[in-house]
Amino acid sequence: MLPALIFVILVTQIPFAITIVISFMKWNAAYPDDISFGTLQNYITVFTNADLLRAVFVTIGLTVSVVLVSAVLGLAIALLLDRKFIGRGFVRTLMITPFLIVPVAAALLFKHAIFNPSYGLVNGLLTSVFGENAPQPDLMSTYPLLGIGIVLVWQWTPFMMLIMLAGLQSRPMDVYEAALVDGAGPGQTFRFITLPHLRRYIELAALLGTIYIVQNFDTVFTMTSGGLGTANLPYVIYQEFFVAQDYGVASAVGVIVVIASLVIATFALRTASTLLKEENS
Amino acid sequence: MSAPDITAPPEADRFRKKASAQRRPGQRRIGKVLLGLLAWLVGLLFVSPLLWMLLTSLHAETDASTNPPSFFAPLTLESYSNFFGGGSGVSPWPALINSAVAAIVSTLIVLVLSTMAAYSLAIRRIQRWSDVLFFLLSTKMLPMVAGLLPVYLVAQAFGILDTWLLLIIIYSAMNMPIAVWMMRSFLAEVPIEVLEAAELDGARLPRVFMQILLPLTAPGLAATALICFIFSWNELLFANVLTSTAASTAPVFLTSFVTSQGLFLSQVCAASLIISVPVLVAGIAAQDKLVQGLSMGAVK
Repeated sequence: MLPALIFVILVTQIPFAITIVISFMKWNAAYPDDISFGTLQNYITVFTNADLLRAVFVTIGLTVSVVLVSAVLGLAIALLLDRKFIGRGFVRTLMITPFLIVPVAAALLFKHAIFNPSYGLVNGLLTSVFGENAPQPDLMSTYPLLGIGIVLVWQWTPFMMLIMLAGLQSRPMDVYEAALVDGAGPGQTFRFITLPHLRRYIELAALLGTIYIVQNFDTVFTMTSGGLGTANLPYVIYQEFFVAQDYGVASAVGVIVVIASLVIATFALRTASTLLKEENS
Repeated sequence: MSAPDITAPPEADRFRKKASAQRRPGQRRIGKVLLGLLAWLVGLLFVSPLLWMLLTSLHAETDASTNPPSFFAPLTLESYSNFFGGGSGVSPWPALINSAVAAIVSTLIVLVLSTMAAYSLAIRRIQRWSDVLFFLLSTKMLPMVAGLLPVYLVAQAFGILDTWLLLIIIYSAMNMPIAVWMMRSFLAEVPIEVLEAAELDGARLPRVFMQILLPLTAPGLAATALICFIFSWNELLFANVLTSTAASTAPVFLTSFVTSQGLFLSQVCAASLIISVPVLVAGIAAQDKLVQGLSMGAVK
């Protein structure tokens, strides 16, 4: 037990503590002689800087919309895959593959091979269908966040689908037989039996998705390098630390992300613990 | 379906049921076929970007970037040989090897430590075992990016920036909580009677591990290993910040691969595909256990 625990604490928890300390320090790597402790300046900077504030909203907006869309799609597809049809196992494997593409590779694929305005697949198909005068939108410069969102939805819908499918397949079948005998239609069955049973799985999928997507760095970094107003909080931390080398501000943003995650995590932990209790009872 | 159905008199209800029973078989079969087709369509839609990536990677650069797209251009392995032969000037092998070493070694470390931890959580049941489990889970909920700077500074102080060792330490810690959760749920499925019988026979702990627990949990162990491997292989942020030349990994290589000038689409697709292959293979092999790993054992 102990080796694993100590290891995890050393590498993942101690750094958070140090981050909190640094967030109250004046520390820019470009000025190594000018380091001091005991300032709120970093937090003031974060909350008064328009770009940083924007990153907060980008993170929330991106996470909420991607989680919502992929959860709804995931549920719909899980319902489709829950019925028997020819090649079901194969279709399930097809559905999983987007999740198994290295995130950087997925971002590159969409940025260059699909969304590129002059030779991407989308505009290419538009030309094929509508001829020379087809509209040729440039998604990555007009709606870059939508582009990032599409890639994230493409990669995360399979994740949601897998969890919902597991939930669907754990339903007790006798309840459905009883409902059929009582003459319940498919709509009623879904509304009053399937959805309540799935509730906890939907919550879990959404919360875990939120935790992973709030931390997303790869897609933003690869597709826009945080440009055009797409920088989210992880990207801002990276930028303040690696490019601007302002360790104090980077840490202050880190502390804010941690606090936000703690709030989400509390709910996630509660859901996970009810599932664990059910398993043990 | 609507409220009147429920409040309708029994005769009407019976009539309705009878009517729908007469109508059902043919309609249901068509509905089933249509829904099956829809599932196929959705599956193909989701996989189509990947097929496009594969097709593009097999086209020559001039055919890859046409508008409208040239679907039926002749196939060639040029991009792959360019990628491996250093047509871009940089060989991908060091990055691939770095990724493989970091992912495999960290996975092995995680397996050993997490199995030990899971044993004391699932079988020995140390005091407050569920608190320990939830503490581990909570560490996973905090964004690692917030600890990036301290990790960097400490690594700098120890002089291990840009080494395999550092990546292995980071990836092991990153995956440990998931692995402990997964292994705990697999070990919890081992019937307690088997262990008691072994104890009566006087088997010591190492023997119990080698001869009973490991064979019984082998599929779970494999799934845990595959998931840790996937996460380590995919990781970009830490690899990007903590390595520069010597220990740079495949995802970092991929981000630096894209040059803004010239035709490169086919090579980008080939490179993306090659770097994703290990994860695709691991993930499809472990697909039945994927949910359990991603939900940290909360969903079976």
